[in-house]
Amino acid sequence: MIEKTKQKTLFRLVLIMLLSALAAGLGYVVLSLPTQAPGLSEQVTANLVRSGVSNPVTAVLLNFRGYDTLLEMGVLLLALVGVWSLGGIPEQRKSSPPGPVLDMLARLLVPLLILVAGYLLWVGAYAPGGAFQAGAVLAAAGVLLLLAGWRPGTRFSGLPLRIALVTGLGIFVAVGMALILLERRLLEYSPSFAGALILLIEVAASLSIGITLAALFLGGRPEVEPRR
Amino acid sequence: MEEMTLLQWAFDGVLGFALLWLAWRALASPDLFKAIVLFIAFGLLMALAWVRLDAPDVALAEAAIGAGLTGALLLTALARLDLKNETETVHKEDNTPQSP
Repeated sequence: MIEKTKQKTLFRLVLIMLLSALAAGLGYVVLSLPTQAPGLSEQVTANLVRSGVSNPVTAVLLNFRGYDTLLEMGVLLLALVGVWSLGGIPEQRKSSPPGPVLDMLARLLVPLLILVAGYLLWVGAYAPGGAFQAGAVLAAAGVLLLLAGWRPGTRFSGLPLRIALVTGLGIFVAVGMALILLERRLLEYSPSFAGALILLIEVAASLSIGITLAALFLGGRPEVEPRR
Repeated sequence: MEEMTLLQWAFDGVLGFALLWLAWRALASPDLFKAIVLFIAFGLLMALAWVRLDAPDVALAEAAIGAGLTGALLLTALARLDLKNETETVHKEDNTPQSP
């Protein structure tokens, strides 16, 4: 018994020492950072006109560093594939049908949320907003529908759902490949088409992000209609 | 750089301390439901902090994904955990040999 308490105190002492070392290291790193980091904002502002959008964040996310966003979409899709590989939707507790308040709220809010998502998507070209935010708002609408007891019909949970999930990544990759075929580099838009291409990618991406996140909330592979 | 008024300093200070306190409470709370609610509150205050740091894009994403969707995901995961525990205890009761 005494041996055990001794071990525990020793363990805590080692833990405290390691944590203090970590805190000291982090403090040193933060203090040794240059006060005025040069950053890349000057280059971004200089090239903003050629990016097709006037919001620097959207320009970085979908033009200058479009490759990163492409990979992010891939990661999101992989996460859903991982969840789906764990099995079907687990049996829910036998819950009573949603109360009138939740039902009414879902009916009122879902159209509004879809409108807000569209607004965020559109406004992303020149103000804060964009595909990920719009997708998250769409996903919130989906989660609200799921909470209110709505489930996708088995007709849509097979191929149509999968197509909707990969559309974002698919169009992103297709645009990149098409640009390579036009003897440019991957995702190097020509300034005259950049705005339209970014809008196309963002529309597909926000749709896919919204459906992916809502499908994550469902927590499993939805039932598919048996093949005849 | 614009002058920071005393009010802004006070606001930032309260915000910073509230964030640290919420983070600590969320980590230390033994009740998982309480921890998730605290995490959602943390996410919303974090969105405010991003606004104060002049990053409205990150603030939007934080409020929608960090607080909203992650909170919803955590809550369903918790509900599923409870459900699993319940069925497991029921199975255990079924398996215990009947003593005469």
